[in-house]
Amino acid sequence: MDEQEKPLSLVLFSGTDDKLTAAAVLAVGAAAMGRPVNLFLQYYALDAFRAGRVCVDHAISPEATADQAPVVRAHPGLHWSELLRQARDVGEVSIQACALSMDMFHLKKEDMDPLVDGVEGVAAFMASASDGQVLFI
Amino acid sequence: MSSITVDKSIDARGMACPGPLMNLIGAIRQGQVGQVFEVLSSDEGSKTDIPAWVAKAKHEMVEVRPDAGFVHFIVRKAR
Repeated sequence: MDEQEKPLSLVLFSGTDDKLTAAAVLAVGAAAMGRPVNLFLQYYALDAFRAGRVCVDHAISPEATADQAPVVRAHPGLHWSELLRQARDVGEVSIQACALSMDMFHLKKEDMDPLVDGVEGVAAFMASASDGQVLFI
Repeated sequence: MSSITVDKSIDARGMACPGPLMNLIGAIRQGQVGQVFEVLSSDEGSKTDIPAWVAKAKHEMVEVRPDAGFVHFIVRKAR
């Protein structure tokens, strides 16, 4: 993993546990394969990263049917916050809060979980993304 | 039985993807070059992920051996 890999940049918009978990799985896989990972937290995902809120129940997305929701909830995989810690442990991971969303919800850096590295604007996020993919979840 | 001597074996059976891979990465990082690591995994994703990571990280995939409902992945730390 000596060559410089293109970063994977994920915009986390949804704040439900299923989507946050799916995003965290992508992040840990990319980090394991040597790609820098940038996460940009907006709207409801930002709320899920507030201090003291990370491990509360963030529900399942409305896309889940009545049959699927209990299956998703019962799956024994790691919590998304733990997957992100693993990603950070094996690779280069930056987790940034969107300045606009922070302003919208009247949040300051100290209101956020320690997983959040900082607050930045969309242009700075795009600069980090450079010529790598950007995915919106 | 294979004739390879395993220095560290990790039983990751029952763990969800990408748990077994992450356990292997953690063990290899703490190990010495030349040591052999074995992961037991029942996760379907491991069948593609572990060889992909081993190739990418430039270690050596020594053996992939199916067993009863799980697979033995044997990897030598090469660097």
